[in-house]
Amino acid sequence: MSTPADFEPGSSPEGDSAPGYESETREGVRAAIRGYLIGLVLATALTAASFWAASTHFIYGPGVPIALVVLAVAQMGIHLVFFLHITTSPDNTNNVLALAFGVLIVFVLVFGTVWAMANMNANMMPPMG
Amino acid sequence: MNAAVLDHSHAHGTPRASTAPGHGTGGPASKRIIVGYGFWIFLISDIIMFSAFFAAYAVLAPATADGPSARQIFDPTSVAVETACLLLSSFTCGMASVAAGQRNQKWTQLALLVTGLLGFVFLLLEAREFSGLVARGDGPTRSAFLSAFFTLVGCHGLHVTAGLLWLGTMMAQIYAKGFRRDIQHRYFCFTLFWHALDIIWVAIFGLVYLVGLNL
Repeated sequence: MSTPADFEPGSSPEGDSAPGYESETREGVRAAIRGYLIGLVLATALTAASFWAASTHFIYGPGVPIALVVLAVAQMGIHLVFFLHITTSPDNTNNVLALAFGVLIVFVLVFGTVWAMANMNANMMPPMG
Repeated sequence: MNAAVLDHSHAHGTPRASTAPGHGTGGPASKRIIVGYGFWIFLISDIIMFSAFFAAYAVLAPATADGPSARQIFDPTSVAVETACLLLSSFTCGMASVAAGQRNQKWTQLALLVTGLLGFVFLLLEAREFSGLVARGDGPTRSAFLSAFFTLVGCHGLHVTAGLLWLGTMMAQIYAKGFRRDIQHRYFCFTLFWHALDIIWVAIFGLVYLVGLNL
């Protein structure tokens, strides 16, 4: 196989992969398109499920926000795997570790803020007079 | 620094057995991997910035100051169309990546054009929603809830605007300069950026719009 002059691997055997890297061989085209299609179908299904969960009375009212959070997190996972090609393979360790650290910070920031502010609200003095 | 410390640091520099690029004696990883990883770290820091806006919105959502609540101002149809636009544009952006991997000028440009048009429709719908709210006197100055809402969703809209400008630049550069290495690196970062915008929108339509419509 001849290598084009501008060929530069986005991945190497036993090495690392760039995030979003996908195979660039002719045989890889079919597989790549199929991957994006699977991602699109799964993401569409989860989006539809979110809109359904928000409009139905089938789910216990106070449980709806929890269902929406779960569906949103699931859809973000689908996007990461099928669109950004973040996988659990060894060549993706660097990308996954950076992402895991980011998720930790996001979790601390959001839950910490909501927790602390709810606590301060509960400790507010009642209005005078 | 004394000799013992120097010896110590030297011991740590002993290469491992692996000869793969980026490991041990294999030398540095290819520039594409390094560029991609650096941009990945930028995207994660961008997502952390958005999480601060999400936290602010979560705290301020009930603070409507007798103004309209989320339920009264959100239009589920408009949100559904916006979501469909961004999701499809993420898919066509992936198709452009596949075409660019084959150095196929025609299909790359076509897929990028569709991606850009879908992004533009998204922005139009968002602009329509925002201008409608401001015209009714429910702009960002109305209540803490609306301030937090406009900041969070508007910041995402600004990112999409920047993404559209970048997309147009990439189309022009790929057309004029072809699939040169440096152009490929830029294009590669753009696709990561565009997919990340869609991930942030998933959180916005689920946690802001749909949860808001339910409260």
